[in-house]
Amino acid sequence: MTDIALPASLAEIAEDFRSASNDLKLQLLLEFSDELPGLPERYVGHLEQLERVDECQSPLFLTVEVGDGDSLDERVVNVFFDAPAEAPTTRGFAGILHEGLDGLTAAQVLAVPDDAPMRFGLAEAVSPLRMRGMVAMLGRIKRQVRAKTAA
Amino acid sequence: MSAEDTKISAYADPERLVTTEWLAEQIAAGAIGGPDGMVLLESDEDVLLYETGHIPGALKIDWHLDLNDPVARDYVDGARFAEVMGARGISRDTTVVLYGDKSNWWAAYALWVFSLFGHEDVRLLDGGRAKWIAEGRELTREVPTPTVVDYPVAERDDAPIRAFKDDVLAHLGKPLIDVRSPGEYSGELLHMPDYPQEGAMRGGHIPGAKSVPWARAANEDGSFKSREELEAIYLEEQGLTPSDDVVAYCRIGERSSHTWFVLTHLLGFDAVRNYDGSWTEWGNSVRVPIEK
Repeated sequence: MTDIALPASLAEIAEDFRSASNDLKLQLLLEFSDELPGLPERYVGHLEQLERVDECQSPLFLTVEVGDGDSLDERVVNVFFDAPAEAPTTRGFAGILHEGLDGLTAAQVLAVPDDAPMRFGLAEAVSPLRMRGMVAMLGRIKRQVRAKTAA
Repeated sequence: MSAEDTKISAYADPERLVTTEWLAEQIAAGAIGGPDGMVLLESDEDVLLYETGHIPGALKIDWHLDLNDPVARDYVDGARFAEVMGARGISRDTTVVLYGDKSNWWAAYALWVFSLFGHEDVRLLDGGRAKWIAEGRELTREVPTPTVVDYPVAERDDAPIRAFKDDVLAHLGKPLIDVRSPGEYSGELLHMPDYPQEGAMRGGHIPGAKSVPWARAANEDGSFKSREELEAIYLEEQGLTPSDDVVAYCRIGERSSHTWFVLTHLLGFDAVRNYDGSWTEWGNSVRVPIEK
């Protein structure tokens, strides 16, 4: 585990999970799944414009938008996800990343440590094998931010 | 007798399957839970699906967390199994009804693990979760609190229904069924479509294995095909007979549990083993023979 700090938004969610019992962790994850926002109108029916995350057990699609600004500290990142209701764990992971990353600056998103998903104490509640999807989602989000800010 | 009941009565072990209609009646009659009641368990691929809503009275069992050993690639031992069962109010003579997502893959897998421990009365809900929902039946998020009971520590007896790699090597030349998708069987794909994380170093199949994708045994709604239809596939087309010694495998042993259930309980085969190491073991092993 690295010492790089999580952004405050993610750190707060991580603390909520870490302090919860395994049963409560699943309830929290279910809340994130229930509350994952749907795609905005412009993406509905246009999944081909999103990136498919194959590492998830069920198909998940995501995309990133980066706002204008003079530096990475000024450019705001928005993330969008699409995952079916029958895949609540995947939706829950997406919900955590949405709540923790959406609205941060590009610099903040790029500074999120790659091992962030392992800092929620979720592996013991859902089994370590199921955590790969969340690691992959974070990796793709950062890659998209990098690509969309490289110019 | 309804058409579904007639279908079920024709199977080799009709007591192993129940209909959604029957389950709904049992729930209405208060036969689920309670000291002498049956226990209804949901077993899904997604660890959170139960929490989004389940059949009233159902408890959850998770293949990763409850049935797999947390360290070794193996199933839990007798002591841990006893805890898992006892915590759900299951005694050795309790009737357990299992159901789940994906045409009961993980429910069949749980049933097979229960059978390793010799739990006598365990059944599947024909069609599983999807059929129950498609029929507009009730779901709830209410989680029952079972009374914990003592379940005896039963010795796991792998030999009759579980095959290991060495068993399969010794079995070459006898009937083997590969239940994966055609692309995985041919070696074109190193993993199941949509599941790249469970891949292997080599593609192909175990020499002599016949390709019979598991889903051929299921109807659109997730229920099992009739005995006649199943016999047309496994007996007539594949030339198997119920006295054959058969090994079934897939990628981690969950889809082949479905086929194991079909051959053993619906068609009455005597000696079917599930090779749970499956392609994620065989396709990663050094110097085992592979056919493409």
